[in-house]
Amino acid sequence: MPSIDQFRSVPVIETRGGDPTMVLNMGPQHPSTHGVLRLLLEIDGETIVRIRPDIGFLHTGIEKSCEAKFYQQVIPMTDRIDYLCPMTNNLAYVLAVEKLLGLEIPPRAIWIRLMLNELTRINSHLVWLGTHALDIGAMTVFLYCFREREEILNMFEMVSGQRMMTSYFRVGGVALDLPLGFLDYVKNFASYFPDRIEQYSDLLTNNPIWLGRTKGVARITREDALQLMLSGPTARGSGVDWDLRRDMPYAGYDQLEFKVPVDNGGDVFARYQVRMEELRQSIGMVKQAIARLPDGPYKADAPKIVLPDREKMKTQMESLIHHFKIVTEGFTVPEGEVYQGVESPRGEMGYYVVSDGTAKPYRVHMRSPSFANLNAIGVMCEHNLLADVIAAIGSIDIVLGDVDR
Amino acid sequence: MALQSAVTDIELLKDRPAVACLLAGLPGALQSAKFDRDELTLWIDPIQLIAALDLLRTSSETRFAVLADLTALDWFPSEPRFEVVYSLLSHERRERIRVKVKVNGADPYLESVTALWAGASPFEREVFDLFGIRFHGHPDLRRILLPDDWEGHPLRKDYPVEGYR
Repeated sequence: MPSIDQFRSVPVIETRGGDPTMVLNMGPQHPSTHGVLRLLLEIDGETIVRIRPDIGFLHTGIEKSCEAKFYQQVIPMTDRIDYLCPMTNNLAYVLAVEKLLGLEIPPRAIWIRLMLNELTRINSHLVWLGTHALDIGAMTVFLYCFREREEILNMFEMVSGQRMMTSYFRVGGVALDLPLGFLDYVKNFASYFPDRIEQYSDLLTNNPIWLGRTKGVARITREDALQLMLSGPTARGSGVDWDLRRDMPYAGYDQLEFKVPVDNGGDVFARYQVRMEELRQSIGMVKQAIARLPDGPYKADAPKIVLPDREKMKTQMESLIHHFKIVTEGFTVPEGEVYQGVESPRGEMGYYVVSDGTAKPYRVHMRSPSFANLNAIGVMCEHNLLADVIAAIGSIDIVLGDVDR
Repeated sequence: MALQSAVTDIELLKDRPAVACLLAGLPGALQSAKFDRDELTLWIDPIQLIAALDLLRTSSETRFAVLADLTALDWFPSEPRFEVVYSLLSHERRERIRVKVKVNGADPYLESVTALWAGASPFEREVFDLFGIRFHGHPDLRRILLPDDWEGHPLRKDYPVEGYR
């Protein structure tokens, strides 16, 4: 009897233990798979017997490309991995390289990075909430979420000139100082956004249709979550009390005050609750960062690694030489290896960077949270109803660029 | 923050719980160790890999119950050519270590860790797909990111960046 794993293309009816089961193909072009995820579902009536994800449609060999680029040229590649949280990827990579170099960055750069990282988390969670609700049938939430997301994309455009592929962080700091009027823009956003979160919550949290579609659906236990290497809100919705920002602080998170929401429910609703609370915590962190943002330089004083200011480059010979050398030859990084894990909106985003002492990384490996979290789909969906697959995928919050790299 | 030189002497690293635990529980399994940039790396004898990982996972002194990452490195043309890298994480002790195993290039294979961490399955498939290292005991070892009929393993250093065509 052929197994489900052998069906790569055509839906086929087979018999299994006497009862007819059917292999159904879902995706890769399906609006509810948040990209190009293909699922093979073996179903018995409307109950799922087995489920197999088929991934790789967005694989672009980023890890291989990184090995052929200078350290600073890798930064734009990292944006394209998880395209909903570019700043988080930038941060993980530059932190890893800074650790390899032993480079310390100025406080202003640290706080700018913190603030933008939390704005990125809000941006990503808004897309998750909007599309997750849309999948389950609530259209209004999607429009509201994208209204606020637009504001955050405007902020990204202000600092980096780009709405999605920001590439704003640099090894040793950030590319440019914050533009005039930026802080007022963020302050204004932070003043009304907490009310907006309650608006979304009013639409969903006590909504009987929403509760019916999410409560008790796609359960996963704490033990399974740890066995399957889940992380982030997906694991915290199953009672795993672990957040890298609090437990292994990086990039200055130890200076911020925030709570880590954990829910023991283990179902889609629990993961929803965790992410909604994270939105509230993140906007609180943005406010703290604005209040404590110090003046001073926004990049480290390391002329052989950090590009000089334009003004200096055009007036001082030495800066011109450094600029020319960094752009044409890159900067060398001492031999060694570093694993830097950060808490992305989806879970543990880890960058494993190996240097052989040249100007190009010997290996850059991205441990992406979506790739590991996709493990959960089997436990969540098997022996449950077909219609709940949509809710389960939405609640894991995968990004296919992150899965396939 | 100036860089400190790496510590590679096992005698000097004996006070690290992971090193102490392996020396006491599985003599001979630990081949070498390195402490560099606040990160501890252990090289384990491939034959004792599963026993060593299981010991680090369950021992009350180490409790590295979470496998955070699994990947590989290609040191072509030197031999043994590959290194498979396991990043372990302890939630209780808030600590990471890196366990490495050397694998030769002629017939690269290792025991699968899917019996210890079921979630390692796609990670091992990815290493198989991109490096061509096989994992014995893996329930479903197929290519994961590339098409089934792809030739070669792209993350090997002798595979050109532009591909073969």
